[in-house]
Amino acid sequence: MTPDLTERYSPLHQAHVDAGASFTDFAGWQMPVRYSSDLAEHHAVRTAAGLFDLSHMAEIRVSGADAAAYLDYALAGKLSAIALFQAKYSLILNAAGGIVDDIVVYRTGETEFLVIANAGNHFPALEALTKRAARFDVTVTDESDDTALIAVQGPNSLAILQATAGLTATDDLGALRYYRAMTGTFTDVPVLIARTGYTGEDGFELYVPIDRALALWNALTAAGADHGLVPAGLASRDTLRLEAGMPLYGHELSEATYPAQAGLGRVVNLAKETDFIGRAASEEGPQAGSAVLVGLVSAGKRAGRASYDVFRSADAHTPEGMITSGALSPTLGHPVMMAYVSPSIARLGTEVFVDVRGTRIPATVTALPFYSRKP
Amino acid sequence: MTDQTTLQYTAEHEWVLIEGDTATVGITAYAAEKLGDVVFVELPAVGTGVIAGSIVGEIESTKSVGELFAPVSGTVTATNDGVVDSPELVNSDPFGEGWLIKVTFLELPPLLSHAEYSALTGE
Repeated sequence: MTPDLTERYSPLHQAHVDAGASFTDFAGWQMPVRYSSDLAEHHAVRTAAGLFDLSHMAEIRVSGADAAAYLDYALAGKLSAIALFQAKYSLILNAAGGIVDDIVVYRTGETEFLVIANAGNHFPALEALTKRAARFDVTVTDESDDTALIAVQGPNSLAILQATAGLTATDDLGALRYYRAMTGTFTDVPVLIARTGYTGEDGFELYVPIDRALALWNALTAAGADHGLVPAGLASRDTLRLEAGMPLYGHELSEATYPAQAGLGRVVNLAKETDFIGRAASEEGPQAGSAVLVGLVSAGKRAGRASYDVFRSADAHTPEGMITSGALSPTLGHPVMMAYVSPSIARLGTEVFVDVRGTRIPATVTALPFYSRKP
Repeated sequence: MTDQTTLQYTAEHEWVLIEGDTATVGITAYAAEKLGDVVFVELPAVGTGVIAGSIVGEIESTKSVGELFAPVSGTVTATNDGVVDSPELVNSDPFGEGWLIKVTFLELPPLLSHAEYSALTGE
């Protein structure tokens, strides 16, 4: 299980090149960072729709008689409790209670689940899931190389999917609830259609065999032409998820982070009757006084960015927090940041100071998310 | 449209237009493209003395922060209020409306020709 260190390309790479994308390295993958303007792509998702290639993400199939019991042991959540074609956000914890990866799990059968891991954690997640399977009647299969993931996100997503030639859902897509999925077909191959996403908007994620990925991308693009759909890169994906207060592994989450610090305590199911990896440490919880994740907003245009220090006052010498993500919010027009800060300055409404390259800028602790779509 | 072949360049991806003893400075289309959509520009005040190679301003995009270096030593004689109000000009017209500062100088340091800069960016 040695990580492949060569540069990797999405099955949609040529389509991105043809669309004029700029590329960035993401966990060894050359992925589109933007096509034309990351602000325009961001606004398109908030007001119409954006098309994302997420083929770098990892798909890991879990199947076998013990699949549900195994996931209850391997993950922080109680996956045995979810219904067929329900999705659940969960965590792979290490024994110390830190986060190996944050994942989405779909129940695709009574004894079958699909785990979606971050591209950057493909191998740690696969390794943990494989090791933990030892005493269960379960098979863990890495399907990442065979599976492409295309997301359509934004208020027009449903109309676009319904207009996509060759795409057929087994049931009424309009009736599909958030964090639910259904099967379907695209031309002659099965697809999984999930009402999930990472943008804070309504939207869908489509799992498709890689040899049909380009055809699906093109069909979605054609269907989206009348609905304001634009291809959107990872730059807009990052500002969208930040506005929606969603953590990004490597920024807000790490092996050294307890879920409780990240506001994800509810994802760790301590009411679960059975043992799971990380349970004992989670019951103990982080040390008193451990930093907690907060939202920060400030005035003006200069955002604090990842690794910038947070101070209690304009003249305090010792930082009491650190920014993990920050940007000028394209939707809200002011800077939004996430930061780990001392609990003593974590209360909502607390005024703190962010050192923006030598200048201390006042910021206010605020509730996450920064942005929620109108119901 | 500015003729880019008549401009001079720096390794920090800035362009410099020399007219008499005044250098007009902006960032190149290559730099603007790498930054992404520019959302904030901070420029030095008119009258500020600057030293070649020093950081005199910032160009922030949604994704990252670029620094504005003074390509020459001298005094800032003008700044582009247009880009401060509309930072997107740096992306839409980096060699024209997106200019950043004008600096008067006594001595011109070595700068890159258009051919040398093009070789640097591989474009």
